[in-house]
Amino acid sequence: MVQVNPGQGASHAKVQFGYHRHGDQDRAAPAEHPVVVVGAGPVGLSFAIDLAQRGHAVVVLDDADRIGEGSRAICFSKRSLDYWDRLGVGDRMVDKGVVWNVGRIFHGPSELYQFNLLPEPGHKRPAFINLQQFYAEAYLVDRVNELPEISLRWRNKVTALEQRNDRAVLTIETPDGPYRLSARYVVACDGARSSLRQMVGAGFSGKVFEDQFLIADVKMTAEFPTERWFWFDPPFHAGRSALLHRQPDDVWRIDLQLTPDCDPQVEKKPENVRPRIARMLGHDEFEFEWISIYKFQCRRMQRFIHGSVIFAGDSAHQVSPFGARGANSGLEDAENLSWKLDRVLRGTSPSQLLETYHIERSAAADENIRESTRATDFMAPVSAQEARLRKAVLSLAKETEFGKRMVNGGRLSVPSVYETPLSTADAEEWQGGPCPGTSMLDAPLKATDGRHLHLTDAFNVLGRRFTLLAFANGGDVDAPDEVGVVRIDGDDGFADAEGFAGKRYDAKPGTAYLLRPDGYVAARFRHPTRAAIAAAVARASGLN
Amino acid sequence: MALSTASNFAKPDDAFRAVVEAHRGLSEKDSADLDAALVLILANHIGDITVLREAITLAKGRMIDSVQQQQQQQQ
Repeated sequence: MVQVNPGQGASHAKVQFGYHRHGDQDRAAPAEHPVVVVGAGPVGLSFAIDLAQRGHAVVVLDDADRIGEGSRAICFSKRSLDYWDRLGVGDRMVDKGVVWNVGRIFHGPSELYQFNLLPEPGHKRPAFINLQQFYAEAYLVDRVNELPEISLRWRNKVTALEQRNDRAVLTIETPDGPYRLSARYVVACDGARSSLRQMVGAGFSGKVFEDQFLIADVKMTAEFPTERWFWFDPPFHAGRSALLHRQPDDVWRIDLQLTPDCDPQVEKKPENVRPRIARMLGHDEFEFEWISIYKFQCRRMQRFIHGSVIFAGDSAHQVSPFGARGANSGLEDAENLSWKLDRVLRGTSPSQLLETYHIERSAAADENIRESTRATDFMAPVSAQEARLRKAVLSLAKETEFGKRMVNGGRLSVPSVYETPLSTADAEEWQGGPCPGTSMLDAPLKATDGRHLHLTDAFNVLGRRFTLLAFANGGDVDAPDEVGVVRIDGDDGFADAEGFAGKRYDAKPGTAYLLRPDGYVAARFRHPTRAAIAAAVARASGLN
Repeated sequence: MALSTASNFAKPDDAFRAVVEAHRGLSEKDSADLDAALVLILANHIGDITVLREAITLAKGRMIDSVQQQQQQQQ
C-alpha cells in the first residue's frame, strides 16, 4: 500500500512514486491504446478505475512523481462517496475522513443560524466528509494498483498533441527521453492549468474575483465540534469573512478573506498569518501545515470535447471553493463520461453518445459557476450598494426565516439535475420521487436473508449497468435482458423495512425507475412494459 | 404582466406617507440602509420572482428616463 506521510509539513511530498520505464518507450511506432488519461489527480484516477472496472485498458500519465503540496480539496460530497463506493474505495475514504452534516453561520460575535445538510436518516453515506486530497489520491492509487488494466506512469509529461482522423498521438517526455502514444480517446484531467487545453487551442474565460483569500492548514489538538463554521465580519477579522473546517489528523482548514490590494507575499509570511489565526482560535497552540493565497476564478471551456480529446474536472471548468464544487463536480464528470465511453468503445452506442457528456456536464458547470459566483459575490460585495444589501440580509437573518435563507456562505454541492436528450419524459402522474435527469436517492433495505444494506449497494452489486428499480405488484417485471433488476418487496425482493424507499420514490405497486449506469434516473413508469423499458434504454444509450 | 400596477391601496396617500415618514430624520446612509432592508422584506413577501423582475424592470425605466432627460438638457 502507498505510504502517506501526513506530518511532514507543506513543502514535503506526502507520497513519493517511482518512475518506471515502460515497453511502449522502446517501440519505433507509437503504441496504440484505446484510452489515455492525462493527470493522476482524483478525477483522472477515479475515471481510470471506473473504465478499468468496465473491462477497458487505460494508460494514466502524470508529469509529477509525488502527491503533496497542501490539502487542496477537502470536502467530498455524498454523491462522490457513493461513486467511490462503486470504485471500491468508499470505505477507506469514510474511515479516514471526518464526517460532518452541520454548518453554522456567524455574523460578528453571534450565531445567525445552523443548517443540517442531511436531516433525514436512511442514507449509507453522510452529506460530506472532510479528507485531505492527498489521502484520497493515495487510496485511489492503491486501488489502481489492484487493477491490471491500468498502466499508471509517473514523470510522463505530455509535450505535444497531434489530432488525426479518429485518434490522437501524444508526445511524452520522460527521464529516459521522449516517446509517443496513439490513443482512440485522450481524457484530459490535468487540472486548471491544463496543458492539453492549450494544445487543442481552447480558451478558458470567465470571471476573476478581486478579493484575495488566504488558505491555511493548521495543526492543533483542540476541542471543537466537527462542523463547518462560517463568519461574516468576525471580531477577529473585522469587515471580512472567515471559514473554519476540520480535517483528519487534527488539522484545520482556515480560509480568510483579504483585501484586494494587499500584498500576497507579505500576507503569506507565517509571522503575519499567526497573530490573525491566534485571534480566531483564541490561543497560539498550533503549527502551520500549509499556507497559500488565492484569487478565485469561475470559468469554463466552451466545449468539453475537442476531436479525440475529452476534458474533465478542473481542466474543463474552475469554480471558487465556497460550495465544494471543484473536486466533486470533477468526480461527477468522471462518472458521467465513463459509462458512455465504455459503450462507445464496445460499439453498443454510437460515438454521438459522448456529446451528451458535453451537454450534461457543461450545464452542470454553468450551474456550479453560477452558485459559486453568487456565494463569492455575497462574501465580497463589489459596490457600496451590494454591501448595503448584504448588510440588510445579515441583519434580517437574526429575526426572520427568509433572511437566514438569503445569507450565502456557500451553497454546498448537490448532484446536478440534467435536462438531457437521454431522459424519457414522464407520461404518468407523480407526486414526488426523483424525476428523469435526477440522481438516484438512497434508502435502507433488508435482504431476504435478513442482511441490511442500502439501495446504492444493491445497485453496485448488479454491476452499475442499466438497472430497473422495481416495486413489486405480485408479478414479475418483464425487463429486457441487458437490464439488471433491483426488486423491492414481494416474495424475493429486498424489504423496504423502514419505508424510506417507497416514500422517496413515490412508489405504488408496479412502480419502476430505470437507472442509468451512473445512477441517474432515465425514465420511470407506473406499470412498465418490456417495450417501454427497451425504448427508454435505447434513448438513454443514444440509439435513437 | 404578473406585476400589478393598478392602484391597490384604498388610501394611496397613507402608503406614500408611511414610507416618507420612515425616512424622516435619517441620514442619507441610514435612509439607504432602510430602503435596502425594506426592498428585501417586500420582495420576500411578494414571493414571486416574475413579479420581482417586472418590478425591477419598471423601476429601472426611471433610470433610463433620467439619463435621457440629462442628455436632452445637455443638448
